[in-house]
Amino acid sequence: MNEKISILIVDDEESVRDSLYNWFIDDGYEVECAENAKKALSLLDKKDFDIVLADIKMPGMDGMEMHRRIKALSREPIVIIMTAFASVDTAVQALKDGAFDYVTKPFDPDDLSHLIRNAATQVALKAENRNLKEQMTSLSDVEDIVGESEALKTVLREIESVAPSDSSVIITGESGTGKELVARAIHANSPRKYFPLISVHCGALSESLLESELFGHEKGAFTGATFNRKGRFEMADGGTIFLDEIATISPKMQIELLRVLESKTFVRVGGNKEITSDFRVICATNKDLESMVRNGTFREDLYYRLNVVNIRIPPLRERIEDIPLLVSHFIRKYCRSMSRDLISIEPAALRHLEKFEFPGNVRELENMIERAIVIGNGKEIRLKDLPMGREAMGESVESLEDLEKKHISRILDKYGWNISRAARALNVDRATLYNKIRKYELKQE
Amino acid sequence: MEEQSIILISCGPIEKEITRRIAEDVTRAFHFAVRLKECSLDISRFYNPGRRQYDANGILKVVSESYPLNAYRKMGLFSVDLYIPILTYIFGQASLNGFTGIASLYRLRNELYGLIPDQSLLADRFSKVVVHELGHTFGLIHCNHPVCIMRSSTYVEDLDQKEVLFCSQCQDQLEQVISQ
Repeated sequence: MNEKISILIVDDEESVRDSLYNWFIDDGYEVECAENAKKALSLLDKKDFDIVLADIKMPGMDGMEMHRRIKALSREPIVIIMTAFASVDTAVQALKDGAFDYVTKPFDPDDLSHLIRNAATQVALKAENRNLKEQMTSLSDVEDIVGESEALKTVLREIESVAPSDSSVIITGESGTGKELVARAIHANSPRKYFPLISVHCGALSESLLESELFGHEKGAFTGATFNRKGRFEMADGGTIFLDEIATISPKMQIELLRVLESKTFVRVGGNKEITSDFRVICATNKDLESMVRNGTFREDLYYRLNVVNIRIPPLRERIEDIPLLVSHFIRKYCRSMSRDLISIEPAALRHLEKFEFPGNVRELENMIERAIVIGNGKEIRLKDLPMGREAMGESVESLEDLEKKHISRILDKYGWNISRAARALNVDRATLYNKIRKYELKQE
Repeated sequence: MEEQSIILISCGPIEKEITRRIAEDVTRAFHFAVRLKECSLDISRFYNPGRRQYDANGILKVVSESYPLNAYRKMGLFSVDLYIPILTYIFGQASLNGFTGIASLYRLRNELYGLIPDQSLLADRFSKVVVHELGHTFGLIHCNHPVCIMRSSTYVEDLDQKEVLFCSQCQDQLEQVISQ
């Protein structure tokens, strides 16, 4: 039943080793024995054990010293110290040194069963914790930042150097360049990575909503505040808060934000209790904050508080050499999410993508690839699957208004400008058709 | 004859009613002929005056080496308080995949816990310990099934919760071992 849990018994008395060995073997554990600390350490060097049951008094190195050496191992097992001579001092010392428990020989069978069951639960929890951490690390990987251009390498180097610190960071770059990805990468590579990364899109919220969002509110603070709510600063305790579109916040919020950044304390809206939170701030903007400071629309003190490190993300047109890698990355991403076989891209289509300016940057490229996979033939992305490709092939991209104007004109001609019949054919009333004729300045030829 | 039997060796003042009951339960559990023997093993050298208990490891060794040597499985039944060096007491002991086990009714008596003596309950408990230890000799390890006889029991009330039955998984494993 417990074949995955391995136990190492370290005791100089053979009868003790044998008794424990037989007891644990009957329980289905994997058991090995060592008659002294030296042999135990050599076994631990070769193999990972989950639990070590060690006697204190042994010739040569004693159990306490062995425990201290075990703590230096990369995968530290749970250590239970045993002794035939109960002493409060040694028990306290063993527990201070990080022993899981301290037991006096002989044990009550029931106590031993409980002790090992608890230790086994602890082993399972440690394994689960290790797995979750590994999963989190892989989830928060920076694999979405794709490219090998010098411009991008500079950004990656900056991420690497700033991530381990606690400094505030401002990420600047045009819309669609991947500012949030960079914020995630900084958080994922920081010591705060096991705590939350809380994102707030400041531009999407009004001043009062943003205040309640950032600081939280108490029940009854305003109409609709029917329960207490934690704010984003509180949620980010131990982790990072990412404030996107920081340039859009009002002068009042700028003052509030400055105060919080300086003291790391705040009060919920409608509350009176001061709350402390330990967070790191990363901001992003596509505006020129420096010129906003110069013209007085952004507080200078807040700017300097936030702008400890500035990372500028280059627009896609400045790193054209990354386009093929980005295209492959997005093809893989969307083929996987749409459960399709991996497809390729026509060389002509790729050439056109490399020539395009991409005002919407990487986000625009990503949308183009997603769309091309959806509408394409399922084998490769062709030039005609891309918006600029259709133009290149003579298929103009017409606006909806152009199409509407052409269609109404065609129907009017078809029915010899008989308004009633044309309106019926278009399934609109006559007044609407007259309005459209006026709007598009259509005339009978 | 003995080669095909499980031998129960009564080594102490144990009521015949109890040994008969154990024999029945062992027969039912393992489908082997069970033979009852009485012997007067001298276990005084395994007495530990400091603990006022008997060393189970030593006794197990003696039973294993004693007559009859050719039994399919041997089980020594005792009435003394057994211990192993690391534990304060044990109900029984057997070697995993071995041929011999021992069990004692000393700690199974109600009166040890200040309760009214109950012979039937005592027979029931002793029988469970014997079948459990014999299970180990067939290679069965402790089981998680709540009423399986191979579940580990460290106090008498815990023994009372079990049945003298193997769960389906332990039963399959037992049959596999026996058929080999």
